[in-house]
Amino acid sequence: MSAQFSTKHVSTKVREFIKDNFMFRDDRADLADGESLLDAGLIDSTGILELVAFIETEFSIQMADTDIVPENLDSVETIVRYVDGKLEAAA
Amino acid sequence: MCGIAGFNAVSLSPEEQQLTLARMVASLDHRGPDEHGTFFDANTGLGHTRLSIIDLASGQQPMQSADGEICLTFNGEIFNYVELREAMIHRGHRFRTDSDTEVILKLYEEKGVDCVDDFNGDFAFAIWDKRKQRLFAARDRMGVRPFYYARRPNGLFFASEVKALLVVPGIRAELDPFALDQIFTFWFPLAPRTPFKDILELPPAHVLIAEGGNVSIRRYWQQDFADEAIDRRREPAIAAELRELLTDATRIRLRSDVPVGAYLSGGLDSSIVAAVTRQIKHDKLRTFSVTFETPEFDESAFQREMADALGTEHTSVACRANDIGTMFPDVIGATERPILRTAPAPLFRLSGMVREQGYKVVLTGEGADEVFAGYDIMKEAKIRRFCAGQPDSLRRPLLLQRLYPYLPGLKGQSQKYLEAFFRARADEVGDPLFSHLPRFRNTAGAKVFFSDDLRSTLGDYDALDELRQDLPRDFARWHPLAQAQHLETAYLLPGYILSSQGDRVAMAHAVEGRFPFLDHRVVEFAARIPARMKMKGLREKHILREAMADLLPPAIGNRPKQPYRAPDAHSFVGANAAPYLGQALSEQAIAAAGAFNPRAVAKLQQKCSAAANLGFRDNVAFVGILSTQLWHERFVQQGASHQNLNAA
Repeated sequence: MSAQFSTKHVSTKVREFIKDNFMFRDDRADLADGESLLDAGLIDSTGILELVAFIETEFSIQMADTDIVPENLDSVETIVRYVDGKLEAAA
Repeated sequence: MCGIAGFNAVSLSPEEQQLTLARMVASLDHRGPDEHGTFFDANTGLGHTRLSIIDLASGQQPMQSADGEICLTFNGEIFNYVELREAMIHRGHRFRTDSDTEVILKLYEEKGVDCVDDFNGDFAFAIWDKRKQRLFAARDRMGVRPFYYARRPNGLFFASEVKALLVVPGIRAELDPFALDQIFTFWFPLAPRTPFKDILELPPAHVLIAEGGNVSIRRYWQQDFADEAIDRRREPAIAAELRELLTDATRIRLRSDVPVGAYLSGGLDSSIVAAVTRQIKHDKLRTFSVTFETPEFDESAFQREMADALGTEHTSVACRANDIGTMFPDVIGATERPILRTAPAPLFRLSGMVREQGYKVVLTGEGADEVFAGYDIMKEAKIRRFCAGQPDSLRRPLLLQRLYPYLPGLKGQSQKYLEAFFRARADEVGDPLFSHLPRFRNTAGAKVFFSDDLRSTLGDYDALDELRQDLPRDFARWHPLAQAQHLETAYLLPGYILSSQGDRVAMAHAVEGRFPFLDHRVVEFAARIPARMKMKGLREKHILREAMADLLPPAIGNRPKQPYRAPDAHSFVGANAAPYLGQALSEQAIAAAGAFNPRAVAKLQQKCSAAANLGFRDNVAFVGILSTQLWHERFVQQGASHQNLNAA
């Protein structure tokens, strides 16, 4: 794990970003870690690009085209796992 | 083209009747600034505002039969009135005028309510039959001309636009929450529902009969894609007949005692209409278009090419970055419903320019995408279904890259995400709404902004289920392309394209649109053309292109579909922010309207202001919320003030 960002910090930031930019409201039942953003109708094609831009800026990592796939980005859980992995590799 | 209004079986004094009808007619002045007229008999009143187009001297309305027993108020055109009139003269009828209005009267006298079957036109009318003490109203097959009505304890009231009903004492504007749910799913409410609670729309291809205190509604025409009727001839024969039919549809739509112009968008459909018009009428054709500053939306190069090729006298009007925001409140005043896209706004501006140029009538290419399968959503459905047939195929999903080349959000999207966006679940393949499910679901994502109160009122209401229940009985047996076409033609076309983007924004400036592709003979003929000739592989409108190829420059004839779009949320934020925006989206205004969650709206507004690129859902949510707020202010709040003044 990166010294700069703990898993909890990454999870909190990702969750905040999704809430502010795709869910828009605080009163919705909390987003489950494994909930699919696509199935929940929270993200569209531009949303993916927003999410990628957020990850790259917030955690100072570069996402390769081949990384931009639902397996890495379709839930809080998978995003956190992906970011953690990239940060670890960079450490 | 005109406005109509009236009432039946009202319990109002003669003075109240006169005052009420005068107010109703006055509120429709924009539809018919040339003349106003009213008619009263017992507890029935008919009103009319006229835009003089045919028989300028003697086509006044309401028009009574020679014996005074029947009276008609009519909005629209009967394009085949010349042929109907000649046939009736042969049968012994005598005419006092040269108008299509009198043709309706006479044919009703002869055939009663079945007269509608003979009309080729765009119409909404009401007939008071004294002998039968019956009010008979009808609306054209495709839903070009509008007809709204409200039943109240003190009578039945009707009009071309809702604003004419809102001046009737006792009729108030109130949001229908289920209509809003439908708008935030389909982009329009499902007829007969309107955004106004207890104010209904007579659906396209329906008649209304009010007699003896009862009101009945029945359908008189239905688009039919039955397999048994499919045309088995070879392509050249079908293309030749199509060309002949489309030429005739255009020819009868040029009947007018005032000059007829044409919209020229730069796309295939309006180019075909303009080219056919030039073949029929050899004098100079005036064409009109709208241009955009943003290259993503602008088609001016194609417009110029087509205007040059046809030698038309072309005039365009620019829609600048802040124009949409500036005129949006007036646009909502015209559409009378919340809208999820801004596309009606530039057309509102275009009709204003056309009127300034002295034109009252324009031909357009509207309807070709529905009738000949030109929309990308039809291609999308074909690919999704193809992929669902072999879920493990690696090659089939590559076709998804061919979809929506003009949408920035999809450009450069990974293959895996394309597949995720468009994949069809196993249970969806048999869903009658298969072709439109992704669009409906994406749009419905904007319901996240609904207020708790609205959600509680809606409960477990499912707009998709209501639409499924409304489909024709044989729908499941139709070809998948026909199913997608029907969803566009019978629903989106009248509910949004012909109303919010059509009649309402054109008639706001007293301009009449005419649509050769929506001649019912063309529509019926196209329904019988095999699906493979409409969409050949992934080539949309194939048969239409084949039929008309030699009339168009190759760059236009082979041009892929570029849907008409306009900038959405970005028309209202940053440097384009209109002065009314802060008030319309303020926490107080949002709370007063009650439809949305104020904090969520504030976050969306913040996002729209900050983001360079916005996705489909954010755009439709922003435009939908803003237009609902403007609708509420214009019709519910201001409407209540007017009612109070009237009452005083």
